[in-house]
Amino acid sequence: MSDQIILRVATKIVVPPIVLFALYVQFHGDFGPGGGFQAGVILAAALILYGLVFGLRRTQKVAPSWLVRTCASLGVLIYALVGVEGIVLGGHFLNYSVFFPLHPEEGQHLGILLVELGVMVTVFGVMATVFYFFAARGREDL
Amino acid sequence: MELVLTFLLLAFLGATALGVAKTRNLFSAVVLAGIFSFLSAGLFTVMDAVDVAFTEAAVGAGVSTVFYLATLALVGGKVRAPEIRITTVKEKQTARTPRFPLVVVVVTGAILIYGTLDMPPYGEPNNPIHRHVTPRYLEETDEEIGVPNVVTAVLASYRGYDTLGETTVVFTAAVGVMMLLSRLKKRDELGEEPWGEEPVESLDVGFGALEPSLESGDRLAEGEGRAEELAT
Amino acid sequence: MNIVVHYNYWAFIFLMMVGFYILISRRNLVKKIMGLNIFQTSVFIFFISMGVVKGGQPPILPDDGRQLIFSNPLPHVLILTAIVVGVSTTAVALALVVRIKEAYGTIEGDEVTAMDNELPA
Repeated sequence: MSDQIILRVATKIVVPPIVLFALYVQFHGDFGPGGGFQAGVILAAALILYGLVFGLRRTQKVAPSWLVRTCASLGVLIYALVGVEGIVLGGHFLNYSVFFPLHPEEGQHLGILLVELGVMVTVFGVMATVFYFFAARGREDL
Repeated sequence: MELVLTFLLLAFLGATALGVAKTRNLFSAVVLAGIFSFLSAGLFTVMDAVDVAFTEAAVGAGVSTVFYLATLALVGGKVRAPEIRITTVKEKQTARTPRFPLVVVVVTGAILIYGTLDMPPYGEPNNPIHRHVTPRYLEETDEEIGVPNVVTAVLASYRGYDTLGETTVVFTAAVGVMMLLSRLKKRDELGEEPWGEEPVESLDVGFGALEPSLESGDRLAEGEGRAEELAT
Repeated sequence: MNIVVHYNYWAFIFLMMVGFYILISRRNLVKKIMGLNIFQTSVFIFFISMGVVKGGQPPILPDDGRQLIFSNPLPHVLILTAIVVGVSTTAVALALVVRIKEAYGTIEGDEVTAMDNELPA
């Protein structure tokens, strides 16, 4: 579809706001609707839109296949490590209050932020990986 | 107002679901499924579940439609006529539209409706579901967590174990897709096939590739040819 | 026992049964997965509807500490994650369909069965 000038121009205009919106959804998720799951999906949607219009090769220059695969596993690792950090600091697994013993609710806030970051990274990585693999399959018999 | 919206959305949802059941063009079925997701996102909003509506709109109507289209580009977009039934490779029989599934569905639905008669009324504040742990979440979140969005607080803190498990499931699904769709090219010296993928030229997933979808007859012939190959 | 208070549960059961019907009556594998998705979405709606409180608000606490009636946040949390897990498992199912198409040349369930039955043992 890369010969369609309207699609190309519109995609170039639309993709940056989508990425920005994903980050807004991520970091505003504590205060309004949103969070890691939604942000990850929206971020992946930006990448998929780019991939549909400009082709897989140019997309994989932006986000190579190894990078998105690493993201998929990195997010789970971030989540689990935040949990382990709670044990290291003397609390329970996934208890964020011990991060700042004097201000438990700030520890909770930090923990939620990190955990949601892990969720976003994983969901983005998974959706992008699945898309890459389906798209690459399509080229096989051509 | 809320009631009218709910009824309208439910009516549209029913119509779209029936449309998915009826159509024999998979492309229109995919689009109808996307509409179904979008309508259900609307219904979630009416039911005060803004986070869920957000997710459903992004996931159901966006990403999963793309996955379906990518699949259709690989497998073709037509459904075979329901009157033809294949029992052996060489023969095709014409069969009546099967009644049995309809009977099963009606009976199951009747049993489920009978079950709802014992359910608490819709929207009552004293329903059992609202009296268990929820009051604690709603009252303590402000002090314990300090995050205004209670859904986020429950998701990431009170029920962090759940979410860790779900994230792992999502990751596992990606591993499954990678194993199913990676291309096995070279065998090593032991004759085993390593998992791998290779760089790809460009992507024309979806719309262009969907057009030359095979007619049902061609598909049958192709299937038979394939089966004869297998048999010989 | 008031019948009218259950109307929306019945609507979800109708949707669920349409999905179930697609799942068991259609032979096309992609169609079956779509039926499963409709089934799944109607279960989601059913869950969310149990969390509704009449006159309630979305469960986001206001800044000024006003006491409002909130809908139940717990089903929201469960369904939120279930939606994302659902799309991931759908992707796995679709990948399986792609592999079946490559191995058998068809995605109609009965053709696949017919070929399986006639393979030399």
